[in-house]
Amino acid sequence: MMREQKLWTWHVAAGLVILVLLGLHMVIMHLDAIVKISSLNPAGEEPVDWKNVAARGRMVFFAVTYVLLLGAALFHGLYGLRNILFELHPRAGLKTTLSVALLIVGFGLFVLGTWAAVAGFSLARSL
Amino acid sequence: MSETNAKTILYRVRRYDPARDAAPRWQDFTLPRTAGMTVLDGLWVIKETQDPSLAWRSSCRMGVCGSCGMVINGRPRLGCNTQVSELSADVVAVAPLPNFDIIRDLVPDLAPMFDAHGAVRPYVIRDDVEERENPSGEFGQSPHELEQYLQFSYCIKCGCCMAACPTYATDPVYSGPMPLAQAHRYNTDTRDGGFKSRKDMLGGERGPWRCHFAGECSRVCPKGVDPAKAIQLMKREMVLDYLRLRKGHVAASVVPKPSGVKRRPDIPEAPPRTA
Repeated sequence: MMREQKLWTWHVAAGLVILVLLGLHMVIMHLDAIVKISSLNPAGEEPVDWKNVAARGRMVFFAVTYVLLLGAALFHGLYGLRNILFELHPRAGLKTTLSVALLIVGFGLFVLGTWAAVAGFSLARSL
Repeated sequence: MSETNAKTILYRVRRYDPARDAAPRWQDFTLPRTAGMTVLDGLWVIKETQDPSLAWRSSCRMGVCGSCGMVINGRPRLGCNTQVSELSADVVAVAPLPNFDIIRDLVPDLAPMFDAHGAVRPYVIRDDVEERENPSGEFGQSPHELEQYLQFSYCIKCGCCMAACPTYATDPVYSGPMPLAQAHRYNTDTRDGGFKSRKDMLGGERGPWRCHFAGECSRVCPKGVDPAKAIQLMKREMVLDYLRLRKGHVAASVVPKPSGVKRRPDIPEAPPRTA
């Protein structure tokens, strides 16, 4: 019975995580001229320079934030999609099917994205 | 305005008798316009002079009982609380509240609303049964504590907010603004200790989670209650409760009777309990 309370709380928490991490993305990628953090862009002026990308890729911090952002975005987005679909007033059985399908899709994408983040991290460390 | 000078007013009334009509239809009535005439007054004139079969629900005629909620010129309002002159229109279109089945003409079936209302246990819940059954005094409550729920207690259960809610229109599981606002009203009342017993229901699909914060419920409320605010505050309370950060309260205890004072002779004793 308390399911929606839990899911909503995690939905809000995921939203906050997205807000913070997207804020970080904005600072690093788009506000670099204003907020200068040399350790995040050690190789030059442009944040998208390959050397900067590779340097960030070697940092554990970024590998963790990629996975965190992926998890938060997947949960926030798929829960929102579930809410929209539920407003179409499906039958109880279909609601369960939709929830399970979204769970499987979300978990699958999370595993795939996590693998990509870890693989990218390993590759960057080997360069 | 020109319409206020007119001597007559056109009422366009939504009619429906499930026993005879296949679908609702509009019926026009022209009636004399009088000073201070409310929409409800006009319906009475129609019933007394033109069509005695017209049905609606009303009682107090002073915006207190909440019986005469109806859609007037596209907006849910109380018929008794709406003057024809304030509509600034030549036509008064009256229809039953949407989002409910129609019993007849302007009479909606409000039973689902009151079922949802009852499900949130809208009364003070306390563990001290003896004090509840045989009260020995008043439960203490400060003006600040009263202020936390006072506006929500002005609700007269007219159903206007339910009729305006876009979520309630499409989601039959959603409890709607009135029951949820009343749940918040009692959860916030410091005399109440029933948050846990309401939590199971509110934490599920019938709770506040489907609210989009459209705010229509608050816009149409004839008593100035803000159900949309109550629902957002309830969401916050429920989230804090899940995170175990909610500051709960112990149900207020009985305030000791004042001692060492004499009753003024012109102030009578309280009458004996009747219930």
